[in-house]
Amino acid sequence: MNTHPLDNDKLDHWVSKDKFDPHVAEALTPEQERIYMASQWRMMWIRFKRHKFAVWSGALLAVIYFSVLISEMIAPYNMHSRNTDHIYAPPQTVRIFHDGELRAPFTYAIKYTLNMDNLKREYTEDPTSVTPVRFFCLGDKYHYWGLVPMRFHLICPPKGGTLFLLGTDRLGRDMFSRIVMGTRISLTVGLIGITISFFLGMLIGGLAGYYGGWVDNITQRAIEVIRSFPELPLWMALSAALPVTWSPILIYFGITIILGLLDWTGLARAVRSKLLSVREEDFVSAARLMGAKPGRIIWRHMMPSFMSHLIASATLSVPAMILGETALSFLGLGLRPPITSWGVLLAEAQNINVVALYPWLMLPVVPVIIVILAFNFLGDGLRDAADPYK
Amino acid sequence: MLKYLAHRLLIMIPTLLAISIIVFVIIQLPPGDYLTSYINELQSQGEAVDQAKIAFLREQYGLDKPWWQQYLVWLGGMLQGDFGFSFEHNQPVSEVVGDRLWLSFLVSFTTILFTWAVSFPIGVYSATHQYSWGDYSLSFVGFLGLATPNFLLALVLLYLANRWFGTSVGGLMDDQFIGQPWSWGKFLSVLEHLWVPVVVIGTSGTAGMIRRLRANLLDELQRQYVTTGRAKGMKSGKLLVKYPLRMALNPFIADIGNLLPQVISGAVIVSVVLSLPTTGPMLLRALQSQDMYLAGSFLMFLSLLTVVGVFISDILLAILDPRIRLGGGASR
Repeated sequence: MNTHPLDNDKLDHWVSKDKFDPHVAEALTPEQERIYMASQWRMMWIRFKRHKFAVWSGALLAVIYFSVLISEMIAPYNMHSRNTDHIYAPPQTVRIFHDGELRAPFTYAIKYTLNMDNLKREYTEDPTSVTPVRFFCLGDKYHYWGLVPMRFHLICPPKGGTLFLLGTDRLGRDMFSRIVMGTRISLTVGLIGITISFFLGMLIGGLAGYYGGWVDNITQRAIEVIRSFPELPLWMALSAALPVTWSPILIYFGITIILGLLDWTGLARAVRSKLLSVREEDFVSAARLMGAKPGRIIWRHMMPSFMSHLIASATLSVPAMILGETALSFLGLGLRPPITSWGVLLAEAQNINVVALYPWLMLPVVPVIIVILAFNFLGDGLRDAADPYK
Repeated sequence: MLKYLAHRLLIMIPTLLAISIIVFVIIQLPPGDYLTSYINELQSQGEAVDQAKIAFLREQYGLDKPWWQQYLVWLGGMLQGDFGFSFEHNQPVSEVVGDRLWLSFLVSFTTILFTWAVSFPIGVYSATHQYSWGDYSLSFVGFLGLATPNFLLALVLLYLANRWFGTSVGGLMDDQFIGQPWSWGKFLSVLEHLWVPVVVIGTSGTAGMIRRLRANLLDELQRQYVTTGRAKGMKSGKLLVKYPLRMALNPFIADIGNLLPQVISGAVIVSVVLSLPTTGPMLLRALQSQDMYLAGSFLMFLSLLTVVGVFISDILLAILDPRIRLGGGASR
């Protein structure tokens, strides 16, 4: 049996002849320096940018939320104005070619006939009447945010023509304008609701995590009880209990509060477990020894160390709020007209016989899915970025 | 094991009590008691009010007593199977409800089974073929499923079925069986109709489950024991099934606690859209007409379903995982 060559031969061992100076730091390339010297938030940003879907979703949501500020101007019609000549009109196409020549954007006028077989309202385009769409124009009156009376629109229906981008509903109201206005309500429900639940979650989770003991025990049990309720039936019961005498705006706040009141449990759990793990860290003991009060320790020292996680998980629970409101309004237990949200619009699409004839009534489904998807991607990206040192 | 079981059962009791208190408070929230609204309704319809019956009901449900006594009467009645009186239907709740509880249970249970049956193979495939073409497309479909709210899915499905096949996919049985006593034919008809609501309700839960199973399995597959097994020449199929899959299955069952409330919530709204003869539409109607006893017992039943489901999942988890069984249950 022959032995392995390595067993006998000594391996050569290379030693640098240069003098060793322990004070010379290893030179960093600018690339490395940029990452090593970055602050925590900067690291997160670098990490976040790598998640392309999340970046695009964030940008999309920013645009949509900005549009909420000027919903009335984006909508070509006032969302309540009824066009009695155009009930259940189908979506119109904006064209730029007429008889093969290029024109400014225009629509054809539409004519209404009643199909006597199934009593369906049918509209036909009249390709001789060209009605150019107007931009930056004066149109339907509205109250900007319900306060300032204005007439300015970014886009208006042509004079003597119509501009129903997504068709009209049973009262001849423009669906596109209604969806745009519904966006404002649906998206703010999510924001207000998450603010309430964020506040409650931090407060209750913070108390439980910091004090521990019986405070912790009681909150844990309470959270368990709330979580063992199926969410939607409980929401339904609570919003059905809102007094019928309340004005729509009060109902709106009532619904957001109900959504927020039941959603804090997940956040409270996250806060509690993070606090429990941070509580034993040196910097917390140091703060305590220097005489800081509990409130200051929690808010100034402990919370910032896991704030990013909380923001990420809050982002992930916004869709649940938006969906909750949509579901409640869809069932007729949530918001009520004249307040218009996506759910209120979808409630009109409940009757399948109507939808079968006029399918554009289902279009509010599209913004719901887009916004929910965008929030999910954004939340995913934020969650990955929340711990950039991993 | 017995000790753990007893411990879990004991925890369930205060939870259920707390739930019943919350439900009772919600029942009481609308102003006035049920009888005042009942009497109002009768009078507005110009019908005579039967004073003897009102007095009997008032006595029976203790409506003139303080709220905590009313609560005890309500709770005691429920324990004996008396769920109160539905004022809208003018019948005891237990008679109004009838088959609905059973059908609700059937839909939820089948949905959970569906979720498992579908997410298990897909999750395993996605994890073992990470970053493959199949993995990407399945993930994409999963994301869409996660983002589409189930009642909108039901709406779209109704529309498409109407558009392309000219039929309605709503309902839970053929028309001829509605209101009939149970028979083999009716049972088969229910099974035939069941798949639509099950798929609709189960989609988002399935998508979530696939993502979790995939993540868990990927974690396990990177462990050293897998490398060791592979180095020792273990067949990859056997290696996968024997160790990592078993570990990855743990959250699969533990997750019922999250899945079940979601499924039951989903079932309520989807059954309204698809007009299924389950608890959903009736709960909605009861809430709208403020028929609070009826709504309360539905709420109680749905919560009970959740609590018992979580209990069963905990037991299963304990059987599967000795660490939980021996640790006395402080698992989640």
